[in-house]
Amino acid sequence: MGLEELVPDGILTTTVEKMVNWARRSSLWPATFGLACCAIEMMATSASRYDLARFGAEVFRASPRQADLMIVAGRVSKKMAPVLKRIYDQMPEPKWVISMGACASCGGIFNNYAIVQGVDTVVPVDVYVPGCPPRPEALIYGIMKLQEKIDRQSLKGPDPLPSSEAPRGSEASGSSA
Amino acid sequence: MATATSPEFKTITINMGPQHPSTHGVLRLVIELDGETVISLQPVIGYLHTGMEKSMESKTYHKSITVTDRMDYLSPLGNNMAYVGAVEKLMNLTIPERAQVLRVILLELTRISSHLVWLGTHAIDLGAMSVFLYCFREREKLLDVNDMVAGSRLTPSYFRVGGFYQDVPDTFVPHVRRFLEEFPKALAEYQNLLTKNRIWMKRTIDVGILSAAQAIDLCLTGPSLRGSGVRYDVRKAMPYSGYETYEFEVPIGKKGDVYDRYLCRIEEMKQSLSIVRQGLDRLLPGPVRADNPYLFPADRTDVKLNMEELIYHFKIMSEGFRVSPGDAYFSIESPKGELGFYVVSDGGPIPHRTRVRPPSLVNLQALSDMCIGRMVADVVACIGSIDIVLGEVDR
Repeated sequence: MGLEELVPDGILTTTVEKMVNWARRSSLWPATFGLACCAIEMMATSASRYDLARFGAEVFRASPRQADLMIVAGRVSKKMAPVLKRIYDQMPEPKWVISMGACASCGGIFNNYAIVQGVDTVVPVDVYVPGCPPRPEALIYGIMKLQEKIDRQSLKGPDPLPSSEAPRGSEASGSSA
Repeated sequence: MATATSPEFKTITINMGPQHPSTHGVLRLVIELDGETVISLQPVIGYLHTGMEKSMESKTYHKSITVTDRMDYLSPLGNNMAYVGAVEKLMNLTIPERAQVLRVILLELTRISSHLVWLGTHAIDLGAMSVFLYCFREREKLLDVNDMVAGSRLTPSYFRVGGFYQDVPDTFVPHVRRFLEEFPKALAEYQNLLTKNRIWMKRTIDVGILSAAQAIDLCLTGPSLRGSGVRYDVRKAMPYSGYETYEFEVPIGKKGDVYDRYLCRIEEMKQSLSIVRQGLDRLLPGPVRADNPYLFPADRTDVKLNMEELIYHFKIMSEGFRVSPGDAYFSIESPKGELGFYVVSDGGPIPHRTRVRPPSLVNLQALSDMCIGRMVADVVACIGSIDIVLGEVDR
């Protein structure tokens, strides 16, 4: 019918877009960005029982320049927000952010003077993982959701999905970094 | 101090953190180097400041327990204990025998799980990745215990003022017994990997030496103090929850280097196992709640059937209980050192002030004394050896 009939066996045809997305989603390299309690669950996710390597995302990089996924694991204080923004800016494109846990997503139980009420006021977030802290299964599910999202990305332009729009609110406490 | 004759040309100031490869949270160190030798080191903290003490001033005594979990998140039950202990001291409560024994068992299991994270991350910092994987394999079994008793792996909030909200499930004792059987083998495995490992010994022996006098001057507590050869343990010095009735040793080191602190913690895990074993042997059926009607809500089925109990439940959950005016300080031997809570009550259901004495913050002071004059690579070994948790340092 199409091109497939002309090529020999063992060769698959696909689009460049699909192949690039497949490569990107199958080798997410997270930056080691543990902040608080959730970081311990993030470590547990990458360790023996849950083994994040099954999803191609176990290579935690110490340098943001080698990472394309930032898992914000824990509460972000007002002092940490500028640092977080800077680390995000240092990561090469394309990059994604998972907000892990209640504190990173919305401030959690700490609605006070010290904690940023949601990391999405500082950097754009792709996936929110609820929980305090989320269980490793929940984080893995979040990563799978992100993989689905990457699969839908277009090479033509910016990601059409609304969640990677500009940070919520104009005050963005970390933008002065 | 500086060896260079003209420091402005010879020394370089570097910034380590707050996001850095060694996995101990958001600690920032400003280090002045002469070549590769550290000539001054200044920790900069506050990157995880959460305003916990202030938050606790606006929460009832009951609700504050959840906040303490997130302080030293490696030993949540230890924090629960220190906090509820302070409130119980203020209220002069008598805790039932079964609750006391259960507390000791859970505290010691938490100590082991905290030390396992310490060992895993410390080994990762010094280049031994596989130890981390082994440690987390055992730690998962301890998190299963938390999951079993409280329904949460990391932040159980299981202790209540006056005992426990509910007893442990039937599966608890067999699970812990199985762990007691399995864990010595795992511990031997870690020691096989590290204790006589030449790389490990070279990286830790004679690194970060702290004399006993120095350690006392710096107010260190916990394994960081005992590594320097001072036999001080809150469980022995100011026993709580019936620790005076258990037989256990307090291991101490000789030289006070990173290796000694490592050996101390390994030995502590063995002692914890023995305490858990003794606890399980004396665990008898009985109540786990103190005999005080204001502390605990009515039975769940009664709440669903009777109006009186529903009102009573609502009162306790919304208003909390009142604590007589006064203040109390209560400290425990957390895995990091002496963790104390100071609670001031003005007679209402909300504490007037809660102050924490975090062992990690105090122990962090020693870092500069340990590192000055040594290579920059030793800084990582020293951070690992004092076992800090930034959630507790910054609160």
